[in-house]
Amino acid sequence: MVILLNGEDHVLSNDSTAADLVIQLGLADKRVAMEVNLEIIPRSRYGDQPLKDGDKVEIVHAIGGGSSDCY
Amino acid sequence: MANNDTLIIAGETYNSRLLVGSGKYKDLEETRLATEVSGAEIVTVAIRRSNIGQNPDEPNLLDAIPPNKYTILPNTAGCYTAEDAVRTCRLARELLDGHNLVKLEVLGDEKTLFPDITATLEAAETLVKDNFKVMVYTSDDPLIAKRLEEMGCVAVMPLAAPIGSGLGIRNPHNIRLIIENANVPILVDAGVGTASDAAIAMELGCDGVLMNTAIAAAKDPVLMASAMKKGIEAGREAFLAGRMPKKAYASASSPIDGMFL
Repeated sequence: MVILLNGEDHVLSNDSTAADLVIQLGLADKRVAMEVNLEIIPRSRYGDQPLKDGDKVEIVHAIGGGSSDCY
Repeated sequence: MANNDTLIIAGETYNSRLLVGSGKYKDLEETRLATEVSGAEIVTVAIRRSNIGQNPDEPNLLDAIPPNKYTILPNTAGCYTAEDAVRTCRLARELLDGHNLVKLEVLGDEKTLFPDITATLEAAETLVKDNFKVMVYTSDDPLIAKRLEEMGCVAVMPLAAPIGSGLGIRNPHNIRLIIENANVPILVDAGVGTASDAAIAMELGCDGVLMNTAIAAAKDPVLMASAMKKGIEAGREAFLAGRMPKKAYASASSPIDGMFL
């Protein structure tokens, strides 16, 4: 199946969960937060969150920034 | 420093009145050093998409400024709508294990980065209802500052000059009016360029100053971090001490009595 991950198409095996996705990305032990179709998925529930074709997934983390002049 | 002069935000006590951003540094080591030297206890960070497909082992900002050492203040920098700002805060709360202190800023214009006040009010209302502790970036309008306080924001942070401009305190009169009417901490956020600007903000009676570019864009950011720490402390002590009245003419500081000429 293909999900839209951070704005780009991303191929994932069928029946994957959010936990499978973060493992595939090498982010399993990283401090990230995830949204699936605009809904926040708590880290503790990644294993219970099935993903389906066309899901819009956002994975974010903290970066350096102050006021809006961070770039 | 004056004894027991602490900054209290949302019930938490801080010894430093300097809050710093973590952007614009050349690398994480410089971020770490400048943050440490600044003495800041609250550090603001931005929330952005993770880089997918890139080296997942690259060092993370939160390794340089660990949440067990600093109070991490996620900001909504770059958000131009109330909806985006609220969404960013909710992601940040999940990212930081439920930590709910956030810096709200909703921008209205790319050229000035001035806040969109109506969208800021809307986002603040939603976030306060959702149990966030909101520190809010706003214009130097005393009525809006008061409104944000009444809505339940835990700190109000008027700009001193446009973000990243380094122009200093452009309207000390308004900042003073905001401070006089406030029952929550007032922090100048944005516009400070050098240590004397920070001192001026503190002499006006601000509870603190949040800055990023003034430190990160200095030729020697670590040294400027040290200067800012001292500027903040000097300004605060001068405010507490109470300055002498200004006079139109000279007033000799050596006694006239005992002159032998």
